[in-house]
Amino acid sequence: MVDTILDQFTEAIRQAISRRRPVRIRGSGSKDFYGGASQGEVLDTTAYRGVIDYAPEELVITARAGTPLAEIEAALAVNGQMLPFEPPHFGPRATLGGCVAAGLSGPRRASLGAVRDFVLGIQMMDGKADPLRFGGQVMKNVAGYDVSRLMAGSLGTLGLILEVSLKVLPRPKDEATLQFECDEVLALQKMNRWAGAPLPISATCYHDQVLTLRLSGAKAAVQAAHAKLGGQALVAGEEFWRGIREQSANFFRSSAPLWRLSLPSTAVLDLPGKQLIEWGGALRWVFTEAEPEVVRAAAEQLHGQATLFRGATKPQSVFHPLPKPLMAVHRRIKHAFDPHGIFNLGRMYADF
Amino acid sequence: MKSDRLIKRLREILPADSVLTEPEDLKPYESDGLTAYRKLPMLTVIPETEAQVQQILRACHAAGVPVVARGSGTGLSGGALPLENGVLLSLAKLSRILHVDPLGRTARVQPGVRNLAISEAAAPHQLYYAPDPSSQIICSIGGNVAENSGGVHCLKYGLTVNNILALRVVTIEGDILELGSTALDSAGYDLLALMTGSEGMLGVITEVTVKLLPKPERAQVLMAGFDDIEKAGAAVAAIISAGIIPAGLEMMDKLAIQAAEDFVHAGYPLEAEAILLCELDGTNEEVSEEIKRVHAILQSSGATSLRTANDEAERLKFWAGRKAAFPAVGRLAPDYYCMDGTIPRKRLGEVLARIREYSQHYGLRVANVFHAGDGNLHPLILYDANKPGELARVEAFGAKVLELSVEVGGTITGEHGVGVEKIDQMCVQFQPKELTLFHALKAAWDEQGLLNPGKAVPTLHRCAEYGAMHVHQGQVKFPGIPRF
Repeated sequence: MVDTILDQFTEAIRQAISRRRPVRIRGSGSKDFYGGASQGEVLDTTAYRGVIDYAPEELVITARAGTPLAEIEAALAVNGQMLPFEPPHFGPRATLGGCVAAGLSGPRRASLGAVRDFVLGIQMMDGKADPLRFGGQVMKNVAGYDVSRLMAGSLGTLGLILEVSLKVLPRPKDEATLQFECDEVLALQKMNRWAGAPLPISATCYHDQVLTLRLSGAKAAVQAAHAKLGGQALVAGEEFWRGIREQSANFFRSSAPLWRLSLPSTAVLDLPGKQLIEWGGALRWVFTEAEPEVVRAAAEQLHGQATLFRGATKPQSVFHPLPKPLMAVHRRIKHAFDPHGIFNLGRMYADF
Repeated sequence: MKSDRLIKRLREILPADSVLTEPEDLKPYESDGLTAYRKLPMLTVIPETEAQVQQILRACHAAGVPVVARGSGTGLSGGALPLENGVLLSLAKLSRILHVDPLGRTARVQPGVRNLAISEAAAPHQLYYAPDPSSQIICSIGGNVAENSGGVHCLKYGLTVNNILALRVVTIEGDILELGSTALDSAGYDLLALMTGSEGMLGVITEVTVKLLPKPERAQVLMAGFDDIEKAGAAVAAIISAGIIPAGLEMMDKLAIQAAEDFVHAGYPLEAEAILLCELDGTNEEVSEEIKRVHAILQSSGATSLRTANDEAERLKFWAGRKAAFPAVGRLAPDYYCMDGTIPRKRLGEVLARIREYSQHYGLRVANVFHAGDGNLHPLILYDANKPGELARVEAFGAKVLELSVEVGGTITGEHGVGVEKIDQMCVQFQPKELTLFHALKAAWDEQGLLNPGKAVPTLHRCAEYGAMHVHQGQVKFPGIPRF
């Protein structure tokens, strides 16, 4: 069964090469909105699913790319563990492969790390339909170039992800969500100052004069930090963070283009429109009708970058343009993996 | 001669005393921490600025001369071994800490800055740089990035790749690339990850921005002795299954315990077959709670002795034995060879049993030091280089251990890198098509193959020879590279 699916993938890639027609790698399609519009026939990964190996005491899970994230998270939850980067699903059937390819992380990113920090190994098919394996199921591994991490966030432009091994972590024993009223400048200051102190902060969010933060850890540690920081406890904390992660919170109800700005955490951003801050200040969500050039210039001025995350009309590139020498390296890397240029054309930049 | 023209060009770029060509001046650069491999470079250059690095690389590119970059030269796999027809590029003089941002918790430093110097610069702000390879007093951050160095706190705090934010890299063509940023996410491919651990094969690092973490409020260590190393392994699994991620979790076997105790008198139980050191850090409350839980787990796992360090002095004493394990073992025999495989922890018992078998087969003693939390095993094979035949046996033994690591689902190198040392075992870990992709990736950065050529990734030809030789192991000398 599994072999049959692999044969189908091989065949689809070979066909694409011989017909010179690109393929569009797709899991459930929950992140179809993200990135440039890619061309080609859909290569559906959802049938290639299932957890292959999970040893809770090793803190490692290995699963096929089409495995629903929900299935993986449920398996981990049974053993009191979690995906540390708290990925957004953006749909009920979001897959592991899509999660790694999109490289999007959730609220815990600033404290524990991103998808790429937890990818240990990958099995993939390159643009010649050759199955390749990089990394493994161990945490320390410096043999060969780190291709597994390179695949995180590559949006399927380098190859078809077949299998992923991830490092997982125990769920915190206790969590609490606190809220503080303050202005943006003070909120940024607080988030940065607290992140530099030994406090068990696992998520932050600022919007509309309210700073919300989550504490995670041993019960006594959460209680002590709560006592030290003060603030109003929010009972529906879990729901709050889910709303931020999945963008179902009220803030995200808007028809304006949604920009995602990655900035140094202390930067103060000046753009028209409404803003929500996450990751201790390092991530800003902005709904704005401002021209793409204006948004990008604002980000660059602060040594950051801007991505058009959701928007009806897409500019030439939804991702921040790269300097010329860097773009040249990107093109050559793309060519090394996908010499015939068949994977997800246009998803990242105009020609790849 | 082309080398004369290159030297003339380099002397235009650099002051005269920064271009070394005399054998006695080149001698200090003949090897890195893997001293069994030595070679004098054609010449050594010691730039002081990024602009000079750029010009040097352009000159070498134009002349078609290979370049080997070097930090402090503490690497253990021969990654910085010079080439006799190549330039050795020392980054030791790019040693300034450019900026520490206490609020944003980052430090921007030049590649020659020592690992520990970063934490020292951050200390007034109660911050530190987490990765702590054992050579942290002298090893450079540029070298740490090139090797993706680890340390004893990897399970909780990650490797170098998880603790850096941005790099400035000069390509062999002299272009400057900025990879990553002080923001967390960057557009495009994660070239920051690709560059980390690339062993100087893709570009030369001229600036590193690292993440700084708040110093934990408290750290405390427990030491448990076991009469059976498998019980110690089971205790590790039990701690992690209980949802505890220790800051450090180290295991030593009997020979290592005895050597360390004899050397530094750390208070280790000499009768134990294995000891576990388990350090917990975090807020005061967190540590108190977890110490209690770990204590109970160790007890129920059959620990024959169990002590919690009472104060900072005792904590450091417990660690002193572990940190001195390599030199301590070094006192047991004229020479020792340090291995660096990583294995899935659940296979520990089986792997140690096989190592014991090999040890008997080859007639060589082994002490095992194990980063138990992350599965990184350092068997130290004891030998005497002056005894005829012992070298060949050590080589064969070492190769067996690395191949065993791959067989049980691990890797040939957890933190020391491939360099020249483990290049043949790469043929065991990777298939030809994977190695071909590695070569294509290198060519994407360095088409002519001028940056650290011959390291880290073997040619398919070499693997074919290794595979053939493998059949007749012990009878044929490996060609191509000198062996100790």
